Order: sequence, then C-alpha cells, then structure tokens
Amino acid sequence: MQQFAQQVVSGIASGAIYASLALALALVYRASGVVNFAQGEMAMFSTYVALAFINHGLSYWAAFFAAIGVALAGGIVVERAAIRPVEHAPVLSVVIVTIGLLVIFNGLAAWIWSPQVQFFPSGFPGGTVDVGGVTIGWDQIGVIGVTLAAMLVFFLFFRFTRVGLTMRAAALNGEASRLLGVRVSWMLALGWGFAAALGAISGMLIAPIDLLTPNMMQSVLLYAFAAVVLGGMGSPVGAVVAGLALGVTLNLLGTYVNFVTPELRLPLALGVLLTVLIVKPSGLFGSAAVRRV
Amino acid sequence: MPLLELEQLEARYGAVRALHGLSLTLDEGTIVALLGANGAGKTTALRAISGLVRKSGEIIFGGRRITRYTPERIARLGIAHVPEGRGAIAELTVRENLRLGAHLRRGRSVKDDLAAVYGYFPVLEEKQGDPAGSLSGGQQQMLVIGRALMARPQLLMLDEPSLGLAPLVVREIYAVLERLNRERGLTVLVVEQNASVALQTASSACVLEVGRVALQGASAELREQESVRRAYLGY
Repeated sequence: MQQFAQQVVSGIASGAIYASLALALALVYRASGVVNFAQGEMAMFSTYVALAFINHGLSYWAAFFAAIGVALAGGIVVERAAIRPVEHAPVLSVVIVTIGLLVIFNGLAAWIWSPQVQFFPSGFPGGTVDVGGVTIGWDQIGVIGVTLAAMLVFFLFFRFTRVGLTMRAAALNGEASRLLGVRVSWMLALGWGFAAALGAISGMLIAPIDLLTPNMMQSVLLYAFAAVVLGGMGSPVGAVVAGLALGVTLNLLGTYVNFVTPELRLPLALGVLLTVLIVKPSGLFGSAAVRRV
Repeated sequence: MPLLELEQLEARYGAVRALHGLSLTLDEGTIVALLGANGAGKTTALRAISGLVRKSGEIIFGGRRITRYTPERIARLGIAHVPEGRGAIAELTVRENLRLGAHLRRGRSVKDDLAAVYGYFPVLEEKQGDPAGSLSGGQQQMLVIGRALMARPQLLMLDEPSLGLAPLVVREIYAVLERLNRERGLTVLVVEQNASVALQTASSACVLEVGRVALQGASAELREQESVRRAYLGY
C-alpha cells in the first residue's frame, strides 16, 4: 500500500510536467488551430536561458521567473515572426513551420550552449518527508506544487480577467471579436506567449531530473501529445487531467506489471494516443468539432 | 448632421462585384432600413463599413475618413456591427458575452451598462450564467444586440435581425431598437429582407438593387409605392 501511494505521488509529479506542456499545446491549438511541434524545444531553450541567468549570478528563483518572462516574450515574437505570415496558409504549412522551428531551436541551443549534458539545479531541498507512512521527496512536492500553482494562475487569469476573456473570445470567434474592437491577432500572439511560459516551467522542472540537453524535451513532448489527444485537442482541462492520469498510469504499470520496463513507457503513451485517435478522436473532454479561428 | 456617408463604394468577392458605386448618407439619430433582395449587396455594405471586405470609394464616419481602417479600429470608433447568423460566442456565458462588449472599459460604468441591457432584455439576466449556445435564436439575437450596446456605440448596424425568428420576438426586438433610438438617440442601420417589419420602425429606407441604391425615401412613402409593395412587401 505504501509503495502504491509512493508510486502514485511520483506519477503525479511526472504527470504534472506532462500536463503543463500539454496545456501549452492546448493553448496554442485553441489560438492558432495547429499543433506546435516546437513547443518542447521552446521549453528546452527557455531552460538554457534560465541556466545562463543562474551562471551570471542570479538566484535560482530569480532566474526561474526571468526565464518565464523571456519565454513569454519569445512566444509572442515566434508567433509574430513565424506563424502570422502563414496564418492563412493550409494547416499543413503551419505544422511544417513549427517543425522547422523545432529544428532551429534544437540546433541553436546546441550551437550556443554545446550539445553536452549539463547539470541544472533544482529549486527544492533534497530530503524527504513522511506523510502518513508514505515517503515523499521534497522535489516531488515542489514539482507538483509549482505546476499546479502555475496552472491555477492561468485558469484564474482566463476565467476572471478582461484580457483573459478577450483572449478566449479571440480564439473562439475571431470575426465576432474583431467587430467588438478586440485586437484578435495580438490576443492570439499572447496565447503563444503564455504557452511558451508554461512550457518553460515544465522544462525547468524536468531538467534537474533528466539533465539538461538540447534533446531533453523530445520525449516529454510526446507524452504531452498523448495527453492532449487523450484530453481532447484544445481542451485545457482535458490536457491537464489527461497529463496527470498518464503520469500515474505509466508509473503504476512500470511498478506492478513485470514486463513494463522504462523502455516501454513511451511506446505505451503513444499506444494511448493511437487508441484514442481510433476509438474516440474527440478525446475525453473535447467537443466533436473544435472551432478553428 | 450626417453621421455616416458612403461615397461610390465598390466591393468585390473575387470576380463577383457586390457593390457598384453605393452612395448613402445616414443622419445622426435616425433609424434607416437597407432593403433589397438576396444578393443585392446589403450584407456586403455592412461588411464594407466595418472594414471586413476590401473596397474602393470613401466611408466617412463622424467627419473622419475610415475607409482603410481595420475592423477593430472601426469598432473602437463607435460602430457596432451585429452580423447575420448573430455571432454570439456559444462557449462563453451570456454574462461573459456581454462583458466582452465592454472590454475596453472597466469598473462602475460596465456594471451600469450591464444593468441597462438586462433592463431592455430581462430574459438575459435570468440566463446570465448559461452558455450563449444554449439560448434560443431570439434570445441570442437579444444577446448580440445587448453585447453591441455594451460598447456604447454611436451607430448600431444589424444584419437581418428578424431572420428565422417568430413574429412576436421580432416585434420585441424592434420595439427595443425604437426605444434605444428614442431614449439614447442611437443611430441604427438595419438590413432586412423582411421589409414590412423594418418599414414600420425605420424613419427612412433605401432599396438596394445589384449593389447600388435603386430607391430611397421616407418609410411611409416607400410603403405606398407600387413597385416596393410588389417586390418586397408581397401585397
């Protein structure tokens, strides 16, 4: 029972990281109607930026928030520079642009910071804490706490602020929003900025666990894809719930099912993705037809 | 005083020309109906004014040349456009749709306007927490008119507000337009295929044929005209 609880907690911790990247994917999907294949690499790049801040003498948390700021601005710039010019192009063109961005960010990171594995510090203390007989690492509590707090901030922002409302409206019905004076195109760019900021958080949380390399986010991105498809493309709540569920399920399978070795984690996640696409393409929380801007 | 002037508007969708030198003057504080058959260019005229279609010619609003402005800039100048098919954002609640109309303002004045809209359309207050998509067609029409009012426009443009609605609901909506005009001096430009209902409320009307004004005058006069009666009123 203790082992079970421990595995659930550590599953939630990895699931929370998938969930925040999945939420980033869902935000971009709502804003631009495309899957951003570069989401993971943008997150990885932001993590290198955080490391650069730390190496220049910033404290961990100062660097953490500074990197989020850089990611936010970077996401807006990427949308303006690379996505806006192809916004009326076929979806496939936009997808290919995001794949191009993936390669560019990957190459740039390796060129600027070297492709070598680097150590990235954790913002949380080492030890463990005993909760009713279950041993939980402070780092796990930290990961879960930070991601849930970040997601909560985003949900409250979208739900209760004027800018959040105009962003939702811009993504749901561009023309009606423009007729009300909403600067739709900038709202969509801001959506990219928020997605990049969320991605940066997931990158900085996984880097101490998986070590920092330019390829660090590639498997995380695949888990996030599986989560976003499972949750229903463009459903933010679905992306989060599915991300957490995926983390816990994979962890439990790895612990209790003998033949599930770590090598099988990714194929299992992609198996989920394929199954959902075949059986229920709209996902658990998605509507059958997600409206394109 | 003219609030809106259209001079020789030309607009096309690809190879199809929808407006052929449309000229029109709209005085402040009036309700004007834009009538005409399907394809006469009524909707295109509204979309041209809102900046949603490319056009040549001139559009002057409140003395300002707005011909090349973007839709969001035109909206911010005080032109509210309620498009055909209504444009209520189905996934947002009734209240959120209304607040969206006032997204450029904050604080007390938004609450006052919300109360005023609920005064005009009490059913919206009852349903304020429901998603807009769950409303009936008539309620959605009320919602988008209310949302347009939240922006405090000088000019309200409506595209076929009666389309697909029961006569009783149509009368209720037109009664509110009349009140808005009387109480606030709101200028209204309403596109209608249902000419009889529009002519009862509008002070004057223009009949469009193939993208230009074929006939215009006071509503009472137009109602008497043999050609209008036969073509648009059906009696």
